[in-house]
Amino acid sequence: MITYLMCFILFLVGLYGVITRRNLVKIAVSLSIMEISTFLFFALVGYIDGGIAPIVDPADPVKVYVDPLPQALVLTAIVIGLATTAMLMAVIIRLYRKYGTFDIREIKNLRG
Amino acid sequence: MNPLIPLFVITPLAGAFLIMIIGRFIAEFNKYFTSLVLLFLACISFYFLFTTGEKIFVYKVGGWEPINRVPIGIYMVMDGLTAIVVCIINLIGFLSAVYSISYIKRYTAGNYFYALFCLMIGGMNGVVLSGDLFNIFVFLEISVISSYALVAFGVESNELEASFKYQILGGVASFLILFGIGFIYWKTKTLNIADIKEAFNNGYNKTTYLFIQILLLSGFGLKAAIIPFHAWLPDAHSSAPSPISAMLSGIFIKAVGIYVIIRLFFNMFTTSEEMAILITTLGTLSMVIGVFLAIGQWDIKRLLAYHSISQMGYVVMSVGIGMILIARNTKPEIVSLAIAGGLFHLVNHAAFKGLLFLNAGAIEYTIGTRDLKEMGGLAKVMPVTSATSFIASMSISGIPPFNGFFSKLIIIIAAVMGRFYLLAALAVIVSIITLASFLKFQRYAFFNKPDNDILKDVREVPFPMIFSMVILSIICVLLSLLVIPEVRNAILMPAIEILTDPAKYSTSILVQ
Repeated sequence: MITYLMCFILFLVGLYGVITRRNLVKIAVSLSIMEISTFLFFALVGYIDGGIAPIVDPADPVKVYVDPLPQALVLTAIVIGLATTAMLMAVIIRLYRKYGTFDIREIKNLRG
Repeated sequence: MNPLIPLFVITPLAGAFLIMIIGRFIAEFNKYFTSLVLLFLACISFYFLFTTGEKIFVYKVGGWEPINRVPIGIYMVMDGLTAIVVCIINLIGFLSAVYSISYIKRYTAGNYFYALFCLMIGGMNGVVLSGDLFNIFVFLEISVISSYALVAFGVESNELEASFKYQILGGVASFLILFGIGFIYWKTKTLNIADIKEAFNNGYNKTTYLFIQILLLSGFGLKAAIIPFHAWLPDAHSSAPSPISAMLSGIFIKAVGIYVIIRLFFNMFTTSEEMAILITTLGTLSMVIGVFLAIGQWDIKRLLAYHSISQMGYVVMSVGIGMILIARNTKPEIVSLAIAGGLFHLVNHAAFKGLLFLNAGAIEYTIGTRDLKEMGGLAKVMPVTSATSFIASMSISGIPPFNGFFSKLIIIIAAVMGRFYLLAALAVIVSIITLASFLKFQRYAFFNKPDNDILKDVREVPFPMIFSMVILSIICVLLSLLVIPEVRNAILMPAIEILTDPAKYSTSILVQ
């Protein structure tokens, strides 16, 4: 149970970073922390104590296997996360070229 | 197994691929090919709208049959509600694609624009058709990543700032959704929506259940821009190119936000009164606060974006009232009236808000500004834009005989019959304020005398833009036919039955 709780705390750490940081790159890093905590949670959900890799051995059918589905889900989610991070970084680089700063307080054209 | 169902996802994805390859060699290929793809999809979505009815079509991807009634493959589900939403996605998508043929000349890199456009359509179709929770997440990410790129398409400082905000809030929403999906998998060991419903029927821990509901509601609520989560919407929707604004406001927030909330909270979770009250409160707040934020706007597209929040509030409130009444076991007629009002308004909003954003794009295309104070007198030089935007403005503010009037009327009648008098009164007041705000838009944009000579060489926009706007305004008028009981029974009733009958969705999918 404590590991699940740690996952959730990591998620909240990321959320805290997204809310309080002023630097665009640090916000992106905080978002990645949230992402990683979610992946970790998925991996934990599929874990079974004493389970081995799910390669079925017909000679010994009573073995305990870990659940392979969450691992497949995490792999998919990592690929998606890569795309989102790349997109975010591309926009941050463009913003830096326009404004010459990473400080979010300086970037405030849109208001109201 | 209906082999037409996966075409909704395959065709736009293949289209995006082909545009990037063939579009390099043939100059005008991208424009006409995208319109063709979407015309084809719109045709088959209309075929499904008229043939689905009570039936539920299931397509099992890869042909994986269930074992002992446990689904092991990915399911794509087409039922009454899906048919309606798919229909508006592909129809508005087609008209926006036709509109872009002229509009996109302002930008370079047309290939990228059309490829992202196709990806966004494919993602939304996937979200709406998917019967599997993780697949909803995957398609959602496909469509939101392409919409991030499309919002930033102008690569000026405003567009980039809007896209950054949108990406941060969208990212937080995605991880909340993913966390919720992880919890559901932990508790039920399945990802199929119908199967999750069955698994939860066998008993659940109430606290965990509530936690999952809150996670998913806040995640999809962020995507749908319901009021406490609305901060990104006005920036993103006003900075995108106009056909994309029409797509984002007209269908994107419905397909990935409202539709998923409706689907999950009616068909996957058991309706509980406290969640229903929470959803209705959020809807009412969006309805009221959205319109007050819209009053003070002078930028046309920001004004329209705030009105999107407010009109989505109507939909959420009406569906929420239906949910409360289901939880209280009141008369089924009132429940179906409330849900009918919500769905009707959802379809109407796609038509008139799409049209209004296309009008705003036409104004920006000719005189190059979005500020209401700098324009005026356009009614004489742009008669088609003026007439269509008048129809759309009257529709959104609920003036008979246009469609918005009838859907708002149904919502208000349902609220009164369900004894929610305060909500009914608020709906009327918000509608009046909306009218005031759109009269301002009409007066400043089309009828006022301009201060300077901006009208010197202004002409009506080119034909493809006129075509989309005229078709959409005809749809706006025709949609009021849905108020006739026979038409409503044919189109809206199957969707309402799927939503009101708690067991129908899950049982009829699991036996197939």
